[in-house]
Amino acid sequence: MSFTEIVFYAFSAIMVVAALGVISARNPVHSALSLVLTFFATAAIWMLLEAEFLAITLVLVYVGAVMVLFLFVVMMLDINITQMRAGFMRFLPFGILVALILAVQMILVVGPANFGLDVAGFASPVEHAADYSNTKELGRVLYTDYVFPFEIAAVILLVAIVAAISLTMRRRPQTKYQTPGKQVMVKKEDRLRIIKMQTEEKQ
Amino acid sequence: MTLEMLNYAIAWPEIFLLIMASLVLVVDVFLPDEKRNVTYVISQLSLIVTMAMIVMMSSNERIIAFNGVFVNDAFANVLKLFVVGIVAMVFVYSRRYLIERNIFKGEFYVLGLFGLLGMMVMISAHHFLSLYLGLELLSLSLYAMVAFHRDNANASEAAMKYFVLGAIASGMLLYGMSMVYGMTGTLNIEEVAKAISQQQEMNIVLVFGLVFMLIGVAFKLGAVPFHMWIPDVYQGAPTIVTSYIATAPKIAGFAMVMRLLVEGMGGLHADWQLMLVILSVLSMAIGNVVAIAQTNLKRMLAYSTISHVGFIMLGILSANNAGYSAAMFYTLTYALMSLGAFGIIMLLARAGFEADNLSDLKGLNQRSPWFAFMMLILMFSMAGVPPTVGFWAKLAVLKAVIDINMLWLALVAVFFSIIGVFYYLRIIKLMYFDDAEENAPLHNGRDMQVALSANGLAILALGIYPSSLMALCIAVFS
Repeated sequence: MSFTEIVFYAFSAIMVVAALGVISARNPVHSALSLVLTFFATAAIWMLLEAEFLAITLVLVYVGAVMVLFLFVVMMLDINITQMRAGFMRFLPFGILVALILAVQMILVVGPANFGLDVAGFASPVEHAADYSNTKELGRVLYTDYVFPFEIAAVILLVAIVAAISLTMRRRPQTKYQTPGKQVMVKKEDRLRIIKMQTEEKQ
Repeated sequence: MTLEMLNYAIAWPEIFLLIMASLVLVVDVFLPDEKRNVTYVISQLSLIVTMAMIVMMSSNERIIAFNGVFVNDAFANVLKLFVVGIVAMVFVYSRRYLIERNIFKGEFYVLGLFGLLGMMVMISAHHFLSLYLGLELLSLSLYAMVAFHRDNANASEAAMKYFVLGAIASGMLLYGMSMVYGMTGTLNIEEVAKAISQQQEMNIVLVFGLVFMLIGVAFKLGAVPFHMWIPDVYQGAPTIVTSYIATAPKIAGFAMVMRLLVEGMGGLHADWQLMLVILSVLSMAIGNVVAIAQTNLKRMLAYSTISHVGFIMLGILSANNAGYSAAMFYTLTYALMSLGAFGIIMLLARAGFEADNLSDLKGLNQRSPWFAFMMLILMFSMAGVPPTVGFWAKLAVLKAVIDINMLWLALVAVFFSIIGVFYYLRIIKLMYFDDAEENAPLHNGRDMQVALSANGLAILALGIYPSSLMALCIAVFS
């Protein structure tokens, strides 16, 4: 077993265990943290594929930004876990059975018999020199060969923004707003009313 | 690499639509509520210009652009023309419906235009990546449109169901595509087909990928057993959004099947043929039988959609050009029928009353003989009664199935469509032989009445002269 293989199996094992942790942890914060670990292990495997740029992006964007936000949300929401787990034990045996059958079937089809370095037709990828820039290559194909899918992906993000805003932004009549422009224009006369009145006798 | 090498000029209709959708988005922000009509007019104008561009640029030549991710051929031109036209009709129906419910907002048109762009990208896809991105663009717009009426709890629930199930289906589709990529080393549809034709023996991983891709496609089309979202979404969504979902995306879904299964995985047709037989028989059975039990008109039309999807699959599974053109004819005409049927529901509806129960159609003949007649044509066409186009559509797919020596399948299809006739005729009975329960005047909006009449008459005209559209569908595949 070569060093690469050892690294691959080690990180794959970490990834699978962490992924199991995501769905089985009792505490949602633990789930989110397990997901962070899953992302780290995935990034390490991508490193093995010489996809450094993607690996770094995964850590920076998903671990650094998305999951931190996610953790904030999870901590702020009061999620009632016992209620969500109500049917868990009842469906567990059936779930395990289905998952096992699925796993066996998938291993039969996508197992080492059909995929793997020793199967004919699957040469191991070309190894590049140390000065080979993965980022540059990605940038090159992204803006030339794949410019059309790139633009469509941009439109999808635009639609996501439009959808999110149109579904959440609404004018609530009962909400009270401040208008800073009007606030600074306020004069003494607007707020203060001077009333002349008779002085009262001292009793 | 220069800009000319991209050959981007053949995508002008898409580029123009994208520019206009963004323009509508920006213009709408600056419009006060009472000038919302401007948004509507710009949207309609951009659809008309897009159609004109498609017609002007149509050629029978097959041109590939953007380094093999985009293709324009006769098939794409015809489907795009229909898709844009149908969305324009939906927009005509939408104006009064949205105004009455106080949701006459620019977002509906913006999302509608972006969804249309997604459909056009799907129709022109020549690469799994562009196909998937087009599908996601369409789906994302649809999820948002279903949830668009925020004060309606049913719509929010429908949107949630649609979103979760749609995401699972997209995952299935992607997983299948990744398997095919693993075996062929390419995502370009033409090269996938080439790689498959070079395989000597049956490759089990390819079939595995095919199964997952087919599940994704069947889900988006709504074939049994992947149909669960259709009744809930059709019923829960605002009727105008239902009429959008039930028409144009079906055509885009058909294009997706053709690009994926026929162009890409054509070498495996022996495998997908059997899978489509199962999906098709189940769809016709469940769709037609369960529709009988519905009291909600939108839900009934949802089950009727499922059964029609079964019929469309009959044409595709014939795996020859006659079958493909029959399926295309069926899809195009079905989209027209569905558009008309939901149009009638919107015609009867008014603020606070959705007219989506079967009993709301009672005595329509007394209230408006003309639109009762339109609904009669639409229902006859869906049932497949001769002077309407639905008959020719059913006949064409049945003939395609018989030609490949699957007589039993044709008999099953006829059996279930006879069962289906029951619930279409029940609507006609309600309209003509029952007394009206209420006599509120029908809604007027001249534009909608004209469009709806044109829609119904088109079904009748195509039924009397089916040859022009049929010839078009045959020419596309020769």
